[in-house]
Amino acid sequence: MNYFHLPLEEWTNRFVNQWLIPVLGGFFDSISNVVGAFISWVTNILTFIPPELMALILIFLAWRYAGVGIAIFTLIGSLYLGSVDLWFAAMQTLAIVIVATLFSIVIGIPIGIWSAKSPIVYAIVRPILDFMQTLPSFVYLIPAILLFGLGGVPAVISTFVFATPPAVRMTTLGIKQVPTDVVEAARAFGSTYWQMLTKVQLPMAVPTIMAGINQTIMLALSMAVIASMIGAPGLGSVVLAGISRVNVGLGLTGGLGIVVLAIVLDRITQGIGEKTK
Amino acid sequence: MDNKIEVKNLTKIFGSNPKEGLKRLKEGQSKEKILDEAGLTVGVNQATFKIKEGEFFVIMGLSGSGKSTLIRLINRLIEPSAGEILIDGKNITAMNKNELMNTRRKKLGMVFQKFALFPHRTVTANVEYGLEIQDVPKEERNKRALKSIEDVGLKGYENSYPDELSGGMQQRVGLARALANDTDILLMDEAFSALDPLIRKEMQDELLTLQSKLGKTILFITHDLDEALKLGDRIAIMKNGLIVQIGTPEEILENPANEYVSNFVEDVDRSKVLVASNIMKKPDVITTWKEGARAAIKKMEDAGLSSIFVIDKEKNLKGLLTIDDAIKAYKSNSWVEDVLIHDYHTTTPDTPLNDLIQIATETKYPIAVVENEKLKGIIVRVSILSGLTFGKEREEVTE
Repeated sequence: MNYFHLPLEEWTNRFVNQWLIPVLGGFFDSISNVVGAFISWVTNILTFIPPELMALILIFLAWRYAGVGIAIFTLIGSLYLGSVDLWFAAMQTLAIVIVATLFSIVIGIPIGIWSAKSPIVYAIVRPILDFMQTLPSFVYLIPAILLFGLGGVPAVISTFVFATPPAVRMTTLGIKQVPTDVVEAARAFGSTYWQMLTKVQLPMAVPTIMAGINQTIMLALSMAVIASMIGAPGLGSVVLAGISRVNVGLGLTGGLGIVVLAIVLDRITQGIGEKTK
Repeated sequence: MDNKIEVKNLTKIFGSNPKEGLKRLKEGQSKEKILDEAGLTVGVNQATFKIKEGEFFVIMGLSGSGKSTLIRLINRLIEPSAGEILIDGKNITAMNKNELMNTRRKKLGMVFQKFALFPHRTVTANVEYGLEIQDVPKEERNKRALKSIEDVGLKGYENSYPDELSGGMQQRVGLARALANDTDILLMDEAFSALDPLIRKEMQDELLTLQSKLGKTILFITHDLDEALKLGDRIAIMKNGLIVQIGTPEEILENPANEYVSNFVEDVDRSKVLVASNIMKKPDVITTWKEGARAAIKKMEDAGLSSIFVIDKEKNLKGLLTIDDAIKAYKSNSWVEDVLIHDYHTTTPDTPLNDLIQIATETKYPIAVVENEKLKGIIVRVSILSGLTFGKEREEVTE
């Protein structure tokens, strides 16, 4: 099948090494500094709060939004994380998830709104989202290292890339799902573009957008674990250590920690989403 | 300004090249031909009509007739391809975005078939919407919202959400939302079509009451001829994007413009449309006040009647004289006025035929049609039956 040789590998490397890094290196460095400061700020807050108090906050949120069962699960899960000495690692992972999710929301929701309003934007955004979601997540760990070095920052950036699509897609879907006659009614009464968006379309899209945010958080968590391969601290690095030392026990201990974090985050954010309906 | 809404040659063509369609329409090509040859759909074809201030104007047509497109052209929810729409003399088709927005806010309220309420807002917040987007202060818009909620009979439901209400109540919210803006014009797109028959009838009656109280100009869309005849001061009948006839309910029933309309009106329940003045007869014989019993007997004999209404010089109805009483009065040589009876039924000229059927079956005397105490005509049982069968009697009342 090789009728001609496509030197994609060489081109990409030349583009990255000879242009991207020399020309835009400073730009990426400043992004790196801002994101890095943000991560350590969030990590500091999460680890500064005493584990007992943090656990109580989580249990309260679980009880408030997801019921007594999940609250009890959160209590048991917190005790587990403490007893296997993974509380600190869990907070590091949580910090990366929170920062990446915030970026995803802040950038993803406006893009989602824009794609819902403009078919042209939607036509451009859609294939990019497909690309972001289907490209194996390991592949963009490589440029992340090249551009942002090792540690939390490339982890957040690659997590952001992986976790943003559902925020965009579900925002677009939520706005497009608002019934046409309701939009017509808002127009017939003389709404401006902005009034239509803020008083009718966005409020009615909130449950769908919340479902998108829930998906974003789940994807962020799974990516934050994979990102331990490029030096992200947290539960993922515990699992990675288990793999590299062929230590089944260590792997399971870290893995269960991820499961606990995932279930608690999922049920609480889902509960918040339900409450907004 | 007599005409509230004036529509001239309003046309909507859906498709990529409306100009081509307009050219073909001007050449007189049919909707089908334009669709076949140019692939363009004619939504509304050169509609022209005027709606007077305070008039209840109904556009009736089956689905696909273009009536929903037409009402959306009026407030430019759909952009017209050609033609003019004057609202209070101002051409809405020439307005820029801001002028159009202000016209929608100040002049055009709208009620939708499937209610189109905002599900995340309470009844009050729904009704307030039109005022909220105009930045009316919270207190005032709340006051006005509560007023129109009361007008539509939803007091006590201010804090409910739409999904907690029945269909009829939801449409009351829709109506209140349109009323709260206090626009002169109400556009109602099949407003009652989604309601069950009993609720629909109730809403129709209430809308008529509200209309007489508030004096709105109403443009009402329906596919139901009975509804059109009941509500409309005038009715426009649409077919394939074309207005085929405009007229009062009586005109449409009596003089259908073409076969399409006459097929439509064939099955109409005339008792709901015809009123007393449509079927009343000229009082056959009138004996004026002070005319003697003898003259009355002679007139009854000539006309073959067993009773006769008696009026005075000013044509005020005085009573009913039966042949027996007339003979008695003649024999005892007393005044006719002493033997008049008064236990006959009277009605007004605009009473629906429907309400007269029951009375007609009970009474043995003709029903007197009275306006300002003056006798306008009489209705005998046979005229009700013939009215139901053939429509209005052509015979006019002459005095």
